[in-house]
Amino acid sequence: MPEKSTPLRIGVLAVQGDYAAHAEALAEVGALPIAVRKPEELQGLDGLILPGGESTTMLKFLEKRHFFTALKDYCSGHPVFGTCAGAILLAREVRNPAQRSLGILDAVVERNAYGRQIDSSIVMADSALPGGPLEMVFIRAPRILETGPEVEVLARREGDPVLVRHGSTMAATFHPELSHDRRVHKAFVEIVAAVARR
Amino acid sequence: MPETNEKKIVTSTSLRLKIGLAEMLKGGVIMDVMNVEQARIAEEAGAVAVMALERVPAMIRAEGGVARMAKPSLIKQIIQAVSIPVMAKARIGHFAEAQILQELGVDFIDESEVLTPADETHHIDKHAFTTPFVCGARNLGEALRRIAEGAAMIRTKGEAGTGDVVHAVQHMRQIVKEMKALTVLSEQELYAAAKEHQAPYELVRMVAQTGKLPVPNFSAGGIATPADASLMMQLGAEAIFVGSGIFMKERATPLDVENNPEERAEAISRAKAIVTATTHYNDPKILAEVSEQVTGTMKGLAAAAIEESQLLQTRGW
Repeated sequence: MPEKSTPLRIGVLAVQGDYAAHAEALAEVGALPIAVRKPEELQGLDGLILPGGESTTMLKFLEKRHFFTALKDYCSGHPVFGTCAGAILLAREVRNPAQRSLGILDAVVERNAYGRQIDSSIVMADSALPGGPLEMVFIRAPRILETGPEVEVLARREGDPVLVRHGSTMAATFHPELSHDRRVHKAFVEIVAAVARR
Repeated sequence: MPETNEKKIVTSTSLRLKIGLAEMLKGGVIMDVMNVEQARIAEEAGAVAVMALERVPAMIRAEGGVARMAKPSLIKQIIQAVSIPVMAKARIGHFAEAQILQELGVDFIDESEVLTPADETHHIDKHAFTTPFVCGARNLGEALRRIAEGAAMIRTKGEAGTGDVVHAVQHMRQIVKEMKALTVLSEQELYAAAKEHQAPYELVRMVAQTGKLPVPNFSAGGIATPADASLMMQLGAEAIFVGSGIFMKERATPLDVENNPEERAEAISRAKAIVTATTHYNDPKILAEVSEQVTGTMKGLAAAAIEESQLLQTRGW
């Protein structure tokens, strides 16, 4: 575990979306959340969260000021966790409609795959995380259609992967930041801590 | 489910999902659009959602007549055209319009004072719907009454269709001031505070404990420039609605984004600049840059020059 006096500095992409909910979750599990609105703010971070929100809006910001390249470089060498829109940004390929993505996670993701807001749902399902069933809040959620051979599926919803890990990259199509259960954030912070110790 | 943090609002699954979508819109701009082309421009500029309507508030104000829910065909076309959430307005108290909007698959319903009210006593029972609602408010009591009825998002009313931000500022300052005042009251004093605000005691107590509304608090009503968006965010808004500020030229004339390339470019420049300003609301360097890129601003109408009877914000109870 990291020293109490030096908490892990974990960035949260804060151009748009529920970045405040992620910051709160990170603080609750003992990390220091840092808002990232510009590429230069990626420097010195131990890890990064790409939050929920509108992936099209986030892309507009990434396409300015060389943010896209800086983020891609950062995510290639550091632990990163994307939820919902963040998972879409991390994917190798995005459908419905096709859009640019960082290609960090070996997966194909379909946007708004479960329908509109009236189809949003809260599901309890088993996961690879210890401690029993996990609450999963799906809001206009994407679907992971395909995953590469090295991607580990940590939880599924009716057969679809909803929480995955590939090395130090994690992605969820639901919103653990909107639940009180902090096991998913803890799991990510443990990855960040393990990488920081190396 | 065990409740681990009593400061957190205890809510039903349905309300959590509704508030969840509002959370996703934070830090973003929701733009009024009157046709498919405007909706595409909004999405391309980085809007987090669009509000589909037949006439933006500036046109309703100039043209008069009864303002109603938009035509279902228009809403369906806009839903087809963009991948971001689509909102639409129902008249205050007009739950049948809201039922139709829910059936159409609209992602958020705005029970809006901009349309002509259908009921002078009752607002819509928003708990009865699966689709989330946003409602306008001018003060804390009004905001909490709407939340009690099931609203998943509050926005300041401001004075829609004017391009004058003064009332949005007034309403945001009022709500923030009243929330701060509650946080220093003792438990015993909260009962009288609930009476003063004409709001349910449980919600008043919740605000007293947390210092904020139990649902996201956005800003609307007269925001027309990147600086206006920054101002409202700095005053505590969590996202911005822009109604007439992007696609209007004169008071009742929209920019011609379909046939006039210059006017199209102007609409795009305004939309992009307000999106950037909302994210970087605390960064004067970026605000100066984007303000410089805007090629025009709606003419606007000073809100102080509007007669009391013509104000939209006084609708709703």
